[in-house]
Amino acid sequence: MIGRSPSILALFAAALAMSLAVGCSHKTPPATLLNPTAFGAAIVESSGGKQITQTGTTLPQPLIVQVNDGQGTAVPGALVEFSGAPGVTFEPAKGVTDSSGQVTTNVTLGGMAGRFRLIASSTDKTGKQFALTVDEIALGYEQTLGRQLNDQYCERCHNPESTVERVSNFDNLEIKPHPFTEGDTLNKLSDADLTAIISHGGPALNKSALMPAWGNTLSKSDIQALISYIRAISDPPNRSASPVYAKSYSKPPSD
Amino acid sequence: MKTTFKSLAHKLFGDSVRAFGAVSLLFLISLAIAPAKNYFSEWRHYQHGYLKMIHNRSDAVTLQRHFQGGIHQIWLPDLGVVDRCTSCHVGLKEASLNDVSQQPFRKHPPIPHQIDQFGCTVCHRGQGVATTVVEAHSSTLAWEQPILPAKYIESSCGECHRGPLPGAPRLNEGRHLLSRSGCVHCHTVKLADGKILKATDNPPSLSHIADKTTREWVYGWLKDPQAYAATATMPNFKLSDDDARDMSAFLIANSTSLPGDTATVSAKASSDPAAGASLYGESFCSSCHAVQNAAGNLVGGDVGPELTRVGSKVKPEWLQAWLRNPRVYHAETAMPHYRLSDPEVATLSGFLLAKADSDLLANLHLEAATAEQIAHGKRLISDYGCASCHEIAGIKRPENFAPELSRIGSKPVTQLVFLPGMPRTLPEYIATKIKQPRAFGQGLKMPQYTFTGQQIDSLATALLASNDRSFTLPPALTVASKPDSDYQPAGKAGKLMTDLACFSCHRINGHGGDMAPDLTWEGSSVQRQWLVEFLKNPNTLRPALIRRMPRFNLTDGEVNEITDYMMTAYQNPSVDRDSMPLSGYPQGQVELGKQLFYGKYACQGCHIVDTRTDKGYIGPTLTKVGSRLTAAWIFQWMRNPQALRPGTTEPNRTMSEEDAQALTAFLISQKGGGKTEVAKK
Repeated sequence: MIGRSPSILALFAAALAMSLAVGCSHKTPPATLLNPTAFGAAIVESSGGKQITQTGTTLPQPLIVQVNDGQGTAVPGALVEFSGAPGVTFEPAKGVTDSSGQVTTNVTLGGMAGRFRLIASSTDKTGKQFALTVDEIALGYEQTLGRQLNDQYCERCHNPESTVERVSNFDNLEIKPHPFTEGDTLNKLSDADLTAIISHGGPALNKSALMPAWGNTLSKSDIQALISYIRAISDPPNRSASPVYAKSYSKPPSD
Repeated sequence: MKTTFKSLAHKLFGDSVRAFGAVSLLFLISLAIAPAKNYFSEWRHYQHGYLKMIHNRSDAVTLQRHFQGGIHQIWLPDLGVVDRCTSCHVGLKEASLNDVSQQPFRKHPPIPHQIDQFGCTVCHRGQGVATTVVEAHSSTLAWEQPILPAKYIESSCGECHRGPLPGAPRLNEGRHLLSRSGCVHCHTVKLADGKILKATDNPPSLSHIADKTTREWVYGWLKDPQAYAATATMPNFKLSDDDARDMSAFLIANSTSLPGDTATVSAKASSDPAAGASLYGESFCSSCHAVQNAAGNLVGGDVGPELTRVGSKVKPEWLQAWLRNPRVYHAETAMPHYRLSDPEVATLSGFLLAKADSDLLANLHLEAATAEQIAHGKRLISDYGCASCHEIAGIKRPENFAPELSRIGSKPVTQLVFLPGMPRTLPEYIATKIKQPRAFGQGLKMPQYTFTGQQIDSLATALLASNDRSFTLPPALTVASKPDSDYQPAGKAGKLMTDLACFSCHRINGHGGDMAPDLTWEGSSVQRQWLVEFLKNPNTLRPALIRRMPRFNLTDGEVNEITDYMMTAYQNPSVDRDSMPLSGYPQGQVELGKQLFYGKYACQGCHIVDTRTDKGYIGPTLTKVGSRLTAAWIFQWMRNPQALRPGTTEPNRTMSEEDAQALTAFLISQKGGGKTEVAKK
């Protein structure tokens, strides 16, 4: 009988060791310590917000933020930390502002489609935190397909920006089409309305005939994919279309 | 310690009653372990969490009705799938959970497949039968297959879909890069349908390299190809100075001279930069070649090599010979034979030779090579497998120089050697291996490429798709790729078309580039006289395009040869060119067509018929369309453009025959010339 207790003890010890091992394997390597040499009062975005990429991939451009003091002058040497919903990674996750008061980070979005809200935060002299939130867009399968269709069929009229490779036709049109980011207008149209306009052309909703009917060129699922893409990139965001992944949601239900 | 332990043992097991009680208690507890484990299992915990989450939602009743407790399983014997993921991921199929961002309760984003028919692990990998979070998602001792990171998810599409797939840009890019970057010169990649990936980068032969360039340039290029051109496809082999010296010595010593290459042209390379720039522009060199501009941006295409520093590379005589007829030096080149006159060759070569970088090979002096060095260079050339890509006289192309990658996507982790500190997963291994191949050990031969992070992800995606499952899938579940076409036009005209490298830009019968329109049905589409004029002097059809057809200075005989061939060979069986007249339509019908053009169909949004009012930039300009297209083609095109040219942007308007006829009548009356001139007066 006495022989049993050591075996139970051993069992406990093994369980403890295992749980420790599991715990340790999840530990992230300690980040190099960065010490701020200055403190600002506000963070502003320099570039890299509202980018579009596929789920789980790195944004095409890095996110660059700038720390300013109360007068709006750039502050070099302030510490900025980046954070976001689970699955979002920053390279680097924190940094000290350079001589022009800026920190640059490469952002990889999480594996789910939707809008990812990123937070860049810093502290002022008193240790009070201030932050900037930036939204980035991750496209799932359907939206990616929609983006390809948009590039082929829609973009040249609906996007007023011209590039060397692709001259916009926007300015040539007597009645201007709505850019797909124009959430103020497009969010008011239901999916059924958009489907009708894309399938049967502008006149289906008493709009311009310059918008041709695509219902015989694009399949139903193509049109659905396009709408899904339009909803995903809309600005202001289309609230009903895709979830927003922000840090406040980060706690798993078990905690 | 010992005494307390002893007294505790005494209290519990002191007499037989106590011992019996204590043992029964222990026995009861151990009996309870199994049901307790079940009760406290993770999936049950998540199912409780789910019920709590949906409790306060407006759609709670529906969701509760759909909910069924217990372990769920998708079993698909055909695919070898036993997936219990839906035990925790309860809301996958609930459309109304669109706003939920909390895992594991999110709805699955829309995809073209049903979860019930495909399961989860077919796309996401991981352990389908596991019922705990760690075992299902991570790679543990017992389970090797972890969840596939989202950035590689398209690799799973590629297991069944063998060809390019809309909606999977990463997979498509990766497969394209395997061929375009020359990976498949050394690594065999066999697809599950038996097709072997072919390289499309067309590396030049090095058998006559001394005609083309100097030993110093070869040395510099071998040391660091990207120092010469940032866009160079050639990877960096990280050669030592001595190795590069000996390899360059061998390549130059091994080179034999081609007759045409050293002959001097009558005119000397001229130094008229303005004339050179305009000839470079008129010949649309930049459609294929890029040059870095003053701001450091690359301008131009990527079919041919970058020309920013070409003057530091090529010998003047070789460049002139090349411009006169590139096919003498490289029979398979994508560059057209321009038929430039001697003064033009002089102007253009002068312009290109001025694109030199004096810093590139500065301070580089190579002593004359010894026989020993040359022999060593030859050995190195064999060792590094240079002949896998380049033709080199006297060196045989090595077979299977590098490991075959046909099933790399199923390679067991136990067979991989990881770098210290890197995540021990297959995708991570593949990506890191492409990123820094030489870090994995001494004496490795794989060179350093200059891929971007996204390109590496794409390549890894394509490689992960080459796995065991893709080979063992039931054929009914696979989606075959379009068979490769190696169409070649026949006869004298065919030779001419090859000489002019038509296929570098145009596609015919599934073969060729995609820079310019598909010419498969050109014979039904255009009028003979227009084609003759166009080949002699190509004019602009699409105002917004920067890439245009160059002028090849063809003789009348050559133009007629090509035209006759195209008019005969490239006929669409459903378009009878002669079934509709090119003129003589009733005025009423023309007027109706005009109304339809500007009213009902609003064609002016994309096309220009009247330059005074129309501005559309997307489709071709139609001011002279009546002298360009056949009426029968216009009519059929109106009826269903995609039937004639799949993938064309022009929408199919399902026009009535009457409307299509009227529009044909209107368009065929646009003969150009006269009308606009009258308007100007």
